[in-house]
Amino acid sequence: MVPLYMAFLVGGLLCVIGQIIMDATKPTITPGHILVGYITGGAILSGLGLYQPLVNLGGAGATVPLSGFGHLLVQGTLKAVEQKGLLGAFSGGVEAAAAGITAAIVFGYVVAVIFNPKG
Amino acid sequence: MPGRKKRGQQTVVFDNPPVLTAWAAVVGPKEGEGPWGQDFDYVLDDYLYGEQTWELAEYKMLRETVKMALNKRNLLPEDVDLLLAGDLLNQIVASNFAARDLEIPFMGLYGACSTMAESLSLGAMLLDGDYYERVVAAACSHHYTAERQYRFPTQQGVQKAPSAQWTATAAGAVLLEASGSGPGLKGVTVGKVIDMGQTDANDMGSAMAAAAVHTIKTHLDDLNLESDYYDLIVSGDLGQVGSSIARQLFVRYGIIDPNYKDCGVLLYDQSQAVGSGGSGCGCSACMLCGPLLKKMQKGEIKRLLLVATGALMSPVTSFQGQSIPCIAHAVAIEMD
Amino acid sequence: MHTPEQKIKEIEKQEYEDLINQAKPKPNLARNMVWAFVVGGLICMLGQWMINLMLSRGISLADASSATSCILIFLAALFTGLGYYNELGQRAGAGSIVPITGFANAIVASALEYKREGYIFGVGARIFSVAGPTLVFGFVIAVLVGLIRVFLS
Repeated sequence: MVPLYMAFLVGGLLCVIGQIIMDATKPTITPGHILVGYITGGAILSGLGLYQPLVNLGGAGATVPLSGFGHLLVQGTLKAVEQKGLLGAFSGGVEAAAAGITAAIVFGYVVAVIFNPKG
Repeated sequence: MPGRKKRGQQTVVFDNPPVLTAWAAVVGPKEGEGPWGQDFDYVLDDYLYGEQTWELAEYKMLRETVKMALNKRNLLPEDVDLLLAGDLLNQIVASNFAARDLEIPFMGLYGACSTMAESLSLGAMLLDGDYYERVVAAACSHHYTAERQYRFPTQQGVQKAPSAQWTATAAGAVLLEASGSGPGLKGVTVGKVIDMGQTDANDMGSAMAAAAVHTIKTHLDDLNLESDYYDLIVSGDLGQVGSSIARQLFVRYGIIDPNYKDCGVLLYDQSQAVGSGGSGCGCSACMLCGPLLKKMQKGEIKRLLLVATGALMSPVTSFQGQSIPCIAHAVAIEMD
Repeated sequence: MHTPEQKIKEIEKQEYEDLINQAKPKPNLARNMVWAFVVGGLICMLGQWMINLMLSRGISLADASSATSCILIFLAALFTGLGYYNELGQRAGAGSIVPITGFANAIVASALEYKREGYIFGVGARIFSVAGPTLVFGFVIAVLVGLIRVFLS
């Protein structure tokens, strides 16, 4: 089990990197760019085999940030490729990330039905 | 004789200056908590103003503001010859809808946040041209309708840049008449579109400062006025960042020590977390139709130059990486 | 290539740019970094605490991670609806954007925002207006990596 403080440190550092990028490039890089950048960066690092060590070290500190979501997509794809070959390249990523994506859509919809935007 | 009333490069003066006989301003809750809360005719309790959507609230604000201004002169909408109004929404729907309800002949304007000066300028020209007796000039903006159209969904957790401005929830309307008692509209300087290559939509004050100073400089030159002729030169919504740049540009262009302030800075308290200050059509509209004209009436300000500033980009042109073209129109209002 | 007028215009724009860069307030990077670190770290720590709890009940790591993501997304959605996440984001910056809760916030904020345009073309169509691009790029890279693996083996 990864100790809590390691998750705090790794997760906190990943967020600080995002903050530095945003503040240094204001106004070019928006939160939307950060989301895309982290998922893309995480996926590429994961494909190169460089993200797993970070996950081993920081646990949720590496998987909860969106880069971890990119890692999940790529690892799911690679696993599926081993089992199914070419088809796996297309099915594996979404299968691995299905729970998160579905949760986001469904909770997003439900919240929109229940609440009104403030202001 | 063509152009008989034109002076210099961009300025016109009126033979019979139209009179601002009545005015009204309605503002949102945040603006009501600011330093001028007492000077507005009505402060909304919430941003919906009893409507289903923010867009409907915005148009209702404009409609009610026009009615309040007319009420002060015991006039009805049918007594007015023309409504000139604009706002920030796509297709200026707030003004279109308000005009539908008011049933006043209507011309919609888009000058972004410079709309109040644009509507006053056109209205004054039409009155001095003897086309009409009574014209209403108005403008409005709503914080949340602007935010969702130009920036992010309102509930997304986004840090605001310190230079970013807060779109005011406010509407202002002025009844201009060919004759009557009140401050007179002596002349206007119609601005050129100035683009200094700025692209930062979170810092429109800086982009607009150049246009504001260009118009002020042109106005003073065209009429051969000293820079302290006006008791107050007030820009529309440059905010703190933009107005500090404007002050530096005054020095550069030899405008010595003008009595200069900015509506975006005036509208809120420092403590209200509005970034660099207020913005939006309603910002200059409500400051004019609230505190500023009141001060003129009391004689605290005799000569006022309102320089409303507008950033003329759209979200599409921003996404396409284009710079922000800016405009400023100056309206000279004097109390005899 | 440039006429003299264009050159003068370029110089004027550059001078203006310099003027603005002096006047424009910079974000308070140190304070923002501390906020991002603490808030982002705490969100991840909360995730780790849930994972550890589930692991100790004998749930597999993969399932525990997925379940944790779902719970965090739920919490972010709820706090966005209540109007708190947006206020946290004003201070925490990247600390509340980078974690998966930021992804959920972007989705829920878009859905809420367009509610008044109806459930199909408002909520349904706009729900991914901010977060959609992340999925596009995530999927594309994942498939690319998969294809590379297929052709290398």
